[in-house]
Formats: sequence, structure tokens, C-alpha cells
Amino acid sequence: MEKSVTQSSNIPNEYEPKIIGFICKWCTSAGADLAGTSRMTYPPNMIPITVFCSSRIDPQYILWAFKNGADGVFIGGCHPNDCHYQDGNYKTMKRIPILRNLLKELAIEPSRLRLEWISASEADKFKKTITEFTEMIKKLGPLNLSL
Amino acid sequence: MNSKKKRIGVFVCHCGINIAGKVNIAEVVKRIQAQTDIISVIDHQYCCSDPGQNLIKQTIQEKKLDGVVVACCSPTLHEATFRKAVSSVGVNPYNCEIANIREQCSWVTEDKDKATDKATRIIKTIIKKVQHDEPLQPITIPIIRKAMVIGAGVAGIQAALDIANAGYPVFLLDKNPSIGGHMSQLSETFPTLDCSQCILTPKMVEAKQHPNITLLTYAEIESISGYLGNFKVKVRHKAKYVDWDKCTGCDICVGKCPKKTKDEFNQGLSERKAIYKMFPQAVPNRVVIDKDNCLYFQKGACRLCEKHCPFGAVKFDDQDQIIEYEIGAFVVATGYELLDKKILTSYGYGKLKNVIDGLQFERILSASGPFMGEVRRPSDGKIPEKVVFVQCAGSRDKENAMAYCSKICCMYTAKQAILYKHRVHQGEAIVFYIDIRTGGKGFEEFYKRATDEGVLYIRGKVSKIFERGDKIIVWGADTLTGKKIEVEADLVVLATAMISAVSKELAQKLKITQDEYGWFTEAHPKLRPVETLAGGFYLAGACQGPKDIPEAVAQSSGAASKVIGLFTSDTLEHLPVVAGVNEEICSGCAVCIDVCPYQARELVMTENEKKRIVKVIEVLCEGCGACSAACPVGAAQQKNFKDQQIQDMVKAGLE
Repeated sequence: MEKSVTQSSNIPNEYEPKIIGFICKWCTSAGADLAGTSRMTYPPNMIPITVFCSSRIDPQYILWAFKNGADGVFIGGCHPNDCHYQDGNYKTMKRIPILRNLLKELAIEPSRLRLEWISASEADKFKKTITEFTEMIKKLGPLNLSL
Repeated sequence: MNSKKKRIGVFVCHCGINIAGKVNIAEVVKRIQAQTDIISVIDHQYCCSDPGQNLIKQTIQEKKLDGVVVACCSPTLHEATFRKAVSSVGVNPYNCEIANIREQCSWVTEDKDKATDKATRIIKTIIKKVQHDEPLQPITIPIIRKAMVIGAGVAGIQAALDIANAGYPVFLLDKNPSIGGHMSQLSETFPTLDCSQCILTPKMVEAKQHPNITLLTYAEIESISGYLGNFKVKVRHKAKYVDWDKCTGCDICVGKCPKKTKDEFNQGLSERKAIYKMFPQAVPNRVVIDKDNCLYFQKGACRLCEKHCPFGAVKFDDQDQIIEYEIGAFVVATGYELLDKKILTSYGYGKLKNVIDGLQFERILSASGPFMGEVRRPSDGKIPEKVVFVQCAGSRDKENAMAYCSKICCMYTAKQAILYKHRVHQGEAIVFYIDIRTGGKGFEEFYKRATDEGVLYIRGKVSKIFERGDKIIVWGADTLTGKKIEVEADLVVLATAMISAVSKELAQKLKITQDEYGWFTEAHPKLRPVETLAGGFYLAGACQGPKDIPEAVAQSSGAASKVIGLFTSDTLEHLPVVAGVNEEICSGCAVCIDVCPYQARELVMTENEKKRIVKVIEVLCEGCGACSAACPVGAAQQKNFKDQQIQDMVKAGLE
């Protein structure tokens, strides 16, 4: 298979990665809101798309995001046992690792897909996670998919 | 997705400088206007204000809009406001969506250009959502007008009484054999010094006798299923080994029981029997057998209680029973505990007998306590001549315990010091404090009373507490004089931190979010202090954070009024953002039925009996969307979160 990922040496200077974040309404989006209320700052690259539950996130959406130009995809859900919908996050927990394996096949670094459990009170974790993830994607450079 | 193109208007809120200070509003408006399919883009200082809402309504009417995006604060704050506004001029409320450009953009982004760019992208994603949004009608569901109050301390009792007085049945549940909670352990209450039990026990009795209240004591929540207005709760009624219908609470069995163990009600300062009544005024006034300490259960012989019970109430073959209740709403009043002294390593790891916590001292002061109200110390029963009170023991101590202020300790320490001086006139009371916080009616005056009555206050933290002979040595510093201090005390009372009493298991069953310390999180810290984000669960008392009695009672009445408000109608509007099924392509594989957490999907035959398809039972669907993600053919689609919708949102966010 042809290597379709840009090497880090080719990263332009002012590169700003594009990141899509699928976050659940009850925990991670509420945590993101708290980060706002607490006036924490983090890189603006992630565009949040709030869904009711992380289990709504069809793995296809993640592939669409990569196909449409995302350099990274972040998924945020409630901690295990804290799901507003009983066990939605366990479904996410099972789906994402399977998708990661598939990403390898598509020559997308699996680390471009990040899943984290962030509760409504974990504003600091949200800030740190998004900051770290954005920095990491910056280092990886743009994802140039040849589809 | 071939529906008629929507006429969408976008309203961008400045929120004063909250958004406009970081986001270049004019630039955002310009960029959105460049999208030719948007009918109108208008900005306003405060969209949520009356003029702001009127502007939205006028624009809808003038431009004949049928879809609205408001770019403003988090939807948790004003989604309902704007949906109500648009529906007043004929736009379906579910065709109005919020682009959160404050909490998730302007407040968290340093660079103005980047904030402007992010805000634009967020708005573009929401425009795509609105373009595909269907007009939805609320689903009406019946409400079971019965409440359950979890935790029967003063907060739970108050909430139960309020709901019951409004005419609705209430189940008042507690894990202990008696209702009453911590308040029943207290001696006197600050700042009035009225006797805690004297004011609480009438309420306990009222709860027991109320025709609308059913007490479920010695019971725990096993599981909760269902949703707002329609919960099914399985309750474990723990085996009491005593038939409470026969037991009269005469205590003959208690007198005969030969086995003693630590008395939890007296905080371990005295002993109780293996068959016991929690405290003399217990409600219900009944006994239970503590299986772990009963000689018959542990060694197979004894049964003295059974032999001497005049009513044949002892029932050794009693078993836990699981009973299901149908409930419309919950008040959660699980209360607080005190931080375990073992954590406080420099204060003796909880090993020193004469270093006790605030609740233990309450029991010592109590007329029904281990020393019948005489102040004596636990090790040898001597009357202590010098008592040191240590405030903030584990509170305001981020490094070792809790970072927060436990709020009630300043006042209860003042109270305990005053009461000690009343009982032991020649005694010395010394209080170590960091700050004295007297924010409450009559609190400052009460603190003054303590100093006037001879309580010595020393500003400084205690560094170490240890035993020397039969004395307790307290090392501290007086930060006002800068001197080191050593006090030789007979008894030390630690005002240990309040912590949430709810167990991890129960919190998970309730599905109410908790903060980093375990306190339940209210829906909004200012404006929705008794509600939670879990529909049908309301908070009362110290389970939400440290509180004194009047605050707990006030919050309980607030929570009760929310339940009563809910129960005034016999139906409820259910969010219509539920799952749907495209019958054409559904193959009836039933994968979605397995993933649905609410049993809201079932297999049925199509009308022409040609194939089996899945049907959604809309009142049961909570809208998580798990089915939509699992469906292999795309037949399961969550309304207003359809695949096409999310795909377009993703694209718009990346353009």
C-alpha cells in the first residue's frame, strides 16, 4: 500500500490541525461548558459536535471526518458506569478499538483518534486533553489521505 | 433529505463583551452572510433579553423563517428560552438550535482571530443541523404521581412532609432502622441552642403518622429503571430478623441479649446489644438483629431474645426482600458523613481515645448520650478540665484532605465550646482556627457570645497532636503573635471535614453527576440549585454540599416544590428527539433491539405482512441514539440527529 501520511518534516510552519470532537451532552459537553465558565483556555482547533450519547457516534462518522479533512477526531463520553443512558459508553468503548485497527489499514495513525471519559466536573481534564491532543496532532502533521 | 430548503435565520449574540470581547461579531456575520442559502444574519447585544427575543420574533415574521440558529451561550442556559420564543411565532421549537460560541469558544480561546474562526465554524455546523431538522411534536406520557425520598434525615423528612401535605404519596427510604439521620444525634443546635431532638422528633412522628407517607427503613435501592415520571425502583428491604408487625419496641429482648458491640449511634463511644433499637426515640420504634454480632447467627446457639419476646416477634429465618415500586420523581437526601480521622496522620491517625470528632462530642453532650449528658472523656470517664477544639481538621487542606470549607464547623465548634463551659464551669475551652466564618443570621453574635463566655480563640493551625501520659498534647502556632504554642489538654475535639455520605454504588444507580469530592452536582449552581441534569431527581440537604440545618430544610422544601409542580399535571411532555425507523430499508435483523437500553424497540410485522420490521415505542425511547449507530443498513435514524445531518455538520466544521 502506498504511504499516504505526510512525514513530520513536511509540516508547514503555521500548521493548524483540523479536529472534530464528538462529545456527549451530559458529561463531556458539560465539562467543556465548565471549562468555559472557569475561563480555562485551550487551543481552538477542535470543533465540537454535541450528541446525546457517545453511543450515537457511528464509527462511519469518524471515517467521514477523516475523509473530509479532519487531522484528528476526539470522542468524549461519560465515565464507565456514569452513562446517562445506562451503558452507552460501554458500546463506545467496544467500537473505538475496533475502528482503530481499521484505521491502520487505511494508513491513518490510530493516535489521530482519541477517546476520553470526561465528566461534567472535569473541566481541567477537558482542557488538558484537548490541549495535549491538539499538540500531538500538530506534531503528526496534516493527514493527507489519498482516497 | 429532499425536503424543501429551510428559510434559516442566524442570530449572533454579543453577550455584552462575553462573546464580543473575543469574537469579531461583524466578521462572523459577514462570513455567514456569504452563505447564500441563509436568509438573514443579525447580531444583537443580548439575544436573551426582551428586545433580543423580540428582534428574533419580528425577523421570523418578516422574513418568513422556519429555521433559527442562535449563536450564544451553552444550550443548557437558553435553549429553552429561544425555543419558546420561536414557537410563539409559529416556528417549530425543534427547528431552533443553539451554537455554543461562549462556553466552548469565546471564553476558552485566547486569540481573537482564532476565536472568530472557531465561532464561525461552530455556527456553520449548527446551520447544517437546522437545515435537516424535522418539526417535532412533544410526546405526551402519563406521570406516576408518587415520590420517593432517599435518605430520611431532617432534609428527607422535610421533603417527604411537604410532598405528602400537597396530597401525593411518598415513600421515605433510609438505610438505617430509624429515620432521623445525623440531626437525631446532635445535642443542641446553633445559634439558638434549642435541643436538636426536641425539634426533630415531632417531625419524625409526623412523618410516621402521615397518611401519605410510607416509611421504608432498613432498606436500600437495588436498581432504578425508567425515566422521569415513570420509574421502576427495586428496593432491598434488609432482613430485620424481627417481625415489625408484632414487635412493640418494649426492649425486653435488648435487656436479655448477652452480646455487646460498638454503638454506631453513639459514634462508637458506648456499646449496644446485637438485638437493638437505634436510639430510644427511634421511628419506627422497633428493634432489629445485627446478624454479624448475633451469637445465634455466628455460633448457632443463644436465641434468648426469641425466648423472652412476649409477642413472638423474633424471626430468625427472615430474609432480604426485593420489592418493586413505581415512582414519578425522587428527592435525593443522602446527606453527609464526617471524614475518617485515620486520614489525619498528624492528629493521631484516629488512634488516640481522647481525640474525638465533632459528632462524638455531640453524643457526649447529648442527654441521651454515652454519659447521659455529662461531659466525660472516652478513655477513663474523667471530666476534662481543658478541652481543645481544632477547626478545619481536614477542611481547607488541599494537600492532606479536602480543599473546601465544611461551612458548619465554625458555628458548631462555638456551640460545643459554649455547651462545654455551661456543663464544666471551671473548664478551659481553647479553639484553634484559621478564620472564623460567621455568614448566617445570628452567627456573628453567637461567636461573640462564645468569646464573652470565656472561650479562648487562638488563630493558627495545629501541627501535631500526641499523647503524653494521660494528657493530649497539642502543638500549634499562634499566627497573630508568631509564637509556638503547646497545650496540655484532657480532650481534643476535631471539627473534621464533612464528606458526602453517598456510596459509589448508589450514586451510579441514581445517575446524578458528582463533583470531584463526591457531592452531587446541581443543574445550575445559581439558578437551578435543587434540580439535577437527571430528569426526575431533585437534591435536598448536604448531599449537594456542606450545609447547616436551616439551609438543608430550605433546600428540601425547594426540592419538594419541584416534585409537587411536576405532579400538578397527570401528563408530561417527553422530548421528541427519539429514534425512528425507515420501514423501507429495515431488514428486521433486530441488532438495534439488543443495544437499546430502554426496551423501546420491538419486532412487528408490516401491515401487508410481507416482512418483519422494528418499531419504536416512542414513550420509552430516551433518545440516546445507540440504535442509530448500530443499525447496519441505516434504517434506524434518531430524529434530528440523522446520519445525513451529522455528516453535513462534520463537513461544515472542516470547511
